[in-house]
Amino acid sequence: MSTPAVTTPSRWRALTRHHLFWPVAVLIALLLVNVPFTPDFFAIRMTDGHLYGSLVSIVLFGSPLILVAVGMTLVIATGGIDLSVGAVVAITGALTCSYISDQADQNALAGVFLAMGIGLVAAVVCGLWNGFLVARMGIQPIIATLIIMVAGRGVAQLITDGQIITINSEPYKLIGGGYWLTLPFSIFVVAAVVAVTVALTRRTALGLLVESVGGNAEASRLVGIRSRRIKIMVYMFCALCAGIAGLMISSNTSAADGNNAGLWIELDAILAVVIGGTSLLGGRFSIGGTVIGALVIQTLTTTIYTIGVPTQTNLVFKAVVVIVVCLLQSPKFRAKVFGAKGRARTTAPAEPTTPADAAPKMEVSR
Amino acid sequence: MSATTKTRTAAEGRTPSTPAQASTAARLLGDRRLPVLVTAALFLAMYIGGLSRYQNYGFGEPQVFLNLFIDNGYLLVAAVGATFVIMSGGIDLSVGSLIGFTTMFTAWLVERQGLPLMLVIPLALGVGAFGGFLMGYVIHNFEIQPFIVTLAGLFLFRGLCLVISKESISIGDSTVSSMAQTRVSLGLGELSIGAIVALVVLAAAFYILHYTRFGRRVYAIGGNEQSALLMGLPLGGTKIAVYTVSGFCSALAGLLFMLYIQSGDPLHAVGMELDAIAAVVIGGTLLTGGSGYVLGTLFGVLVLGLIKSIIQFEGTLSSWWTKIATGVLLCAFILIQRAMTARRKT
Amino acid sequence: MAEPRPVLEMTGIVKEFPGVRALSGVDFRLFPGEIHALMGENGAGKSTLIKVLTGVYSLDGGTITLDGKSVQFGSPLQAQHAGISTVYQEVNLCPNLSVAENIFIGREPTRAGRIQWKRMRKEAAEMVDRLGLDIDVTAPLSSYPLAVQQLVAIVRSVGHGDSDGEGSGTKVLVLDEPTSSLDRDEVLELFRLMRRLRDEGVAILFVSHFLDQIYEICDRMTVLRNGTLVGEHMVADLDQVGLIELMIGKALDQLEELHEHQLRSDVGETLVKAEGLGRTGGIAPFDLEIKKGEVLGLAGLLGSGRTELARLLFGADQPDSGKVTVAGKQVSMSAPNDAIGAGVAFCSENRKTEGLVPDLTVRENIILALQAARGWTRPIPASQRDELVAKYIKALDIRPANPEARVGQLSGGNQQKVLLARWLITQPKLLILDEPTRGIDIGAKAEIQKLVVSLSEDGMSVLYIAAELEEVLRLSHTIGVLRDRRLVAQLTNGPEITTSRILETIASGEHQ
Repeated sequence: MSTPAVTTPSRWRALTRHHLFWPVAVLIALLLVNVPFTPDFFAIRMTDGHLYGSLVSIVLFGSPLILVAVGMTLVIATGGIDLSVGAVVAITGALTCSYISDQADQNALAGVFLAMGIGLVAAVVCGLWNGFLVARMGIQPIIATLIIMVAGRGVAQLITDGQIITINSEPYKLIGGGYWLTLPFSIFVVAAVVAVTVALTRRTALGLLVESVGGNAEASRLVGIRSRRIKIMVYMFCALCAGIAGLMISSNTSAADGNNAGLWIELDAILAVVIGGTSLLGGRFSIGGTVIGALVIQTLTTTIYTIGVPTQTNLVFKAVVVIVVCLLQSPKFRAKVFGAKGRARTTAPAEPTTPADAAPKMEVSR
Repeated sequence: MSATTKTRTAAEGRTPSTPAQASTAARLLGDRRLPVLVTAALFLAMYIGGLSRYQNYGFGEPQVFLNLFIDNGYLLVAAVGATFVIMSGGIDLSVGSLIGFTTMFTAWLVERQGLPLMLVIPLALGVGAFGGFLMGYVIHNFEIQPFIVTLAGLFLFRGLCLVISKESISIGDSTVSSMAQTRVSLGLGELSIGAIVALVVLAAAFYILHYTRFGRRVYAIGGNEQSALLMGLPLGGTKIAVYTVSGFCSALAGLLFMLYIQSGDPLHAVGMELDAIAAVVIGGTLLTGGSGYVLGTLFGVLVLGLIKSIIQFEGTLSSWWTKIATGVLLCAFILIQRAMTARRKT
Repeated sequence: MAEPRPVLEMTGIVKEFPGVRALSGVDFRLFPGEIHALMGENGAGKSTLIKVLTGVYSLDGGTITLDGKSVQFGSPLQAQHAGISTVYQEVNLCPNLSVAENIFIGREPTRAGRIQWKRMRKEAAEMVDRLGLDIDVTAPLSSYPLAVQQLVAIVRSVGHGDSDGEGSGTKVLVLDEPTSSLDRDEVLELFRLMRRLRDEGVAILFVSHFLDQIYEICDRMTVLRNGTLVGEHMVADLDQVGLIELMIGKALDQLEELHEHQLRSDVGETLVKAEGLGRTGGIAPFDLEIKKGEVLGLAGLLGSGRTELARLLFGADQPDSGKVTVAGKQVSMSAPNDAIGAGVAFCSENRKTEGLVPDLTVRENIILALQAARGWTRPIPASQRDELVAKYIKALDIRPANPEARVGQLSGGNQQKVLLARWLITQPKLLILDEPTRGIDIGAKAEIQKLVVSLSEDGMSVLYIAAELEEVLRLSHTIGVLRDRRLVAQLTNGPEITTSRILETIASGEHQ
């Protein structure tokens, strides 16, 4: 990317090889698909001092997913996975709303802040538990987080007593449904969280250590990285992100639904991470890619809506996208379909390691 | 060799695990049957607890016990399918949506297209098995994690439900309702067709897992995939077959569920894969594969069913306690499994 | 005892990997009813030869003749059917299944598709019995220690031909380092089984790093070095010194001479002291002292415990016994963190699996250790980081000199330099280098050796492990000699210490 003095073809190659190229290309293609159906798709208009338009609503509706996916990215980068985020979304929303609904004055700022605090602390505790099981007890992440995935919804319903708690709090409404500076407030929340995450991972050494742990766990141990701490931290961070998403969802509807809030968001989030180019095996991660991945998923939903395909096919499309993305990422599939020569560049670095690695491995004395 | 040599070698060979040296607790933890026994004991304890508490409300009726099978027959079938997958070291997230899809598919064919049920049943089973086969094919041939592939399956089948219809389709077909109402008397009580099918499936699964080469291959692959390959076992075929079995079981569970509910609904059985997985784990099958018994899955399902019954009998407890109790049990059994595998490694 | 016709004959075997010629024209033969040792150091081509024989790798040249017929195997299964069975160091069985199943899986006796458990158990018990073992075949394999699992693996592989029509009986049994994690009694048990099979006419190919075992059990041996055959000898005709010379090679390499012994004689006070440090299955308890500015070289054959010793000093493995003091302070050594905190650094011999994070860049890999020590909250400021990285890329001449390059794409020598840079940046007191010159080109080799000398002159202590004795001899102030997982001697380097002196010490396994 940063080599200006190259010829066009190689610059093009550098561009296509950039890790964000394919996610962005898919996103743009999806957006363009809308244009023939909705000519003013890219138009943004001002009504009552609020900006409206398809692009704005894609970001608005995609906000909770972006939040959850950003947290999930770090977990996946360490080689883990967090299935419990949907349940955490429900718990946070339930706790916060039930606390607010108990207040005499639901509009009191102090009460709202306290409620949000309680919700987020609960989320972080869930993350701590996941991290504890994974890092301390050494349980596979997919299994460890299954526990809260199953029990968490029950807890959320317990908190709301099985009801949908509706609240009427103006300040709380702002987070997920309000406007600020002509834009939906949730966009600012997302921007802030993404900015904080990027700062946290790239301004400190956290990102490097996370990638190292996910990229080669044994080497990381031998270099003295305290991977347990790192893992616990990312699970807590992931849960915190899910908690904020939970606030946003419940704020948007002014209600807490223990049963349906954040249902299947973990699957969408994992999908967003994968589309964004972060490998499920861990290692290199890209927050930017994840954000784009989440936007792709949201755009897909919007597109299906605008081009007049019955909305119920949304899930079928999503399934197709998952399969296509995963197949494209599978080296075996690429080798089979595109043949060895077409993708020689991508497979070449991996190839020689196989036999050469295998040979000395047998001789490692143990 | 002479007897003396043999005794000596025996003592030498086994020193680290000589029963006399291992503590009772460690030996217990090492027994593969332990989780199943724990689950069975848990079920018994819960049942006895229920008996003493709700004696006067008719908990002691044999029919209450048999109802566990009637009310959870579909879950048992789905969980048996999941047992195959988990035993082989994989996971199948598409169970719930495949069940939902089957209810929709059959309801649509029977009600809207007017096809006879006897034709629809094999069709639905075929579609389910084929879906499982496809997922297995992709998992094996392209080396994509089962988690992701079956997640796509989850989306796909739930989406196909909605493509068929957004509305629920109730089934008025006379064959269906007569089948649904048929009860087979057992003297002490009666069982529905669904419950009997579930028990037959369980028996068949037990036979397959323990008395066929395919079944033992499933165990072997779950125990150590690399070794299984080096021992010359057909890895790919077995893996694909396992997902096909799971798809078939899910479709069959869908049929039973349709019989039980007598409707097709795009939101039927949402999240049932979690119940199935939980039942398998509570039943003592290692989520990493290779260890467990399909009978344990039966107990897992019964425990989950009993929790629901007890909560119903209790009256004041709400339905979400089922989820919480399931989660707590899941956690307990995962920790037991962890303790077992940790012991084995040392 | 050697019959006129070998059961297996491999002629002119060639095997190439991208950029490496692992075997160049190796001949190998195996007679029925003999136990034949295949000897060689790292990279000699032992594993490759075995894998070619057992069908894991395809041939690039040469012929394999089994029982007079020319054969070529596409898979281990084919080799097995032809009568070549292999048992690896890592038991390739399913620990969750019973012993009987492990022996039979894939060819269980069935009637109408139903597995006949009783018959299977009975036959398994008979097979086990016939080989003079006492194992309960109904117990899960995991309830037995590794040694017994190893025996079961052998039973499975030799039993393969007996019970079904496909196989033709085991003619060749390959045992690839089966003894590396067994204790003495377990080894004896294994040997008993091996002798029994030999007496039944099976040809056994045996790989072990333990010289005593070779001399105890083997009839004949083939020695490889750098992918070529250096000799085939009757064990009785070749003494241990001769064998080691063959394995390591006498010919001095073309390394540019490091002039004279520039080694400082005035090494400082004791820096690291290990007392009774040991680990079961790793290395017997040893005492060791490393002084400030001293290079302590470890000499010994592959598998003699060199790496195990180093890993204990770094806390990479947890010791069962003993203690370590660094600069007078005891260090707990329960994890690498403790050692790193005390100023110990460790470059593993397995660069790819235990050293580098291949997806990360050169820069990231270089600063990883320093960053880990600082914790995630205190990132190294970008300017300081770039300066440090640039300095070490230049000092060690890492190519390409691009800190943004993915480290996985570098050559072996440059990867090794990246690892060195990673630890040098932390300015350790003791640097442990485990085979830093393995698998890298001559130029890089010389550079790394020079670096070690200059580091020692600057007062850094170095624990240096290398397969080549000359290399150890040239660099070290003191030489620790290892044999069969035991530190047998510590020699102070001087004019009277020569490679042959070290060879003798390894061969005899004794002081002086």
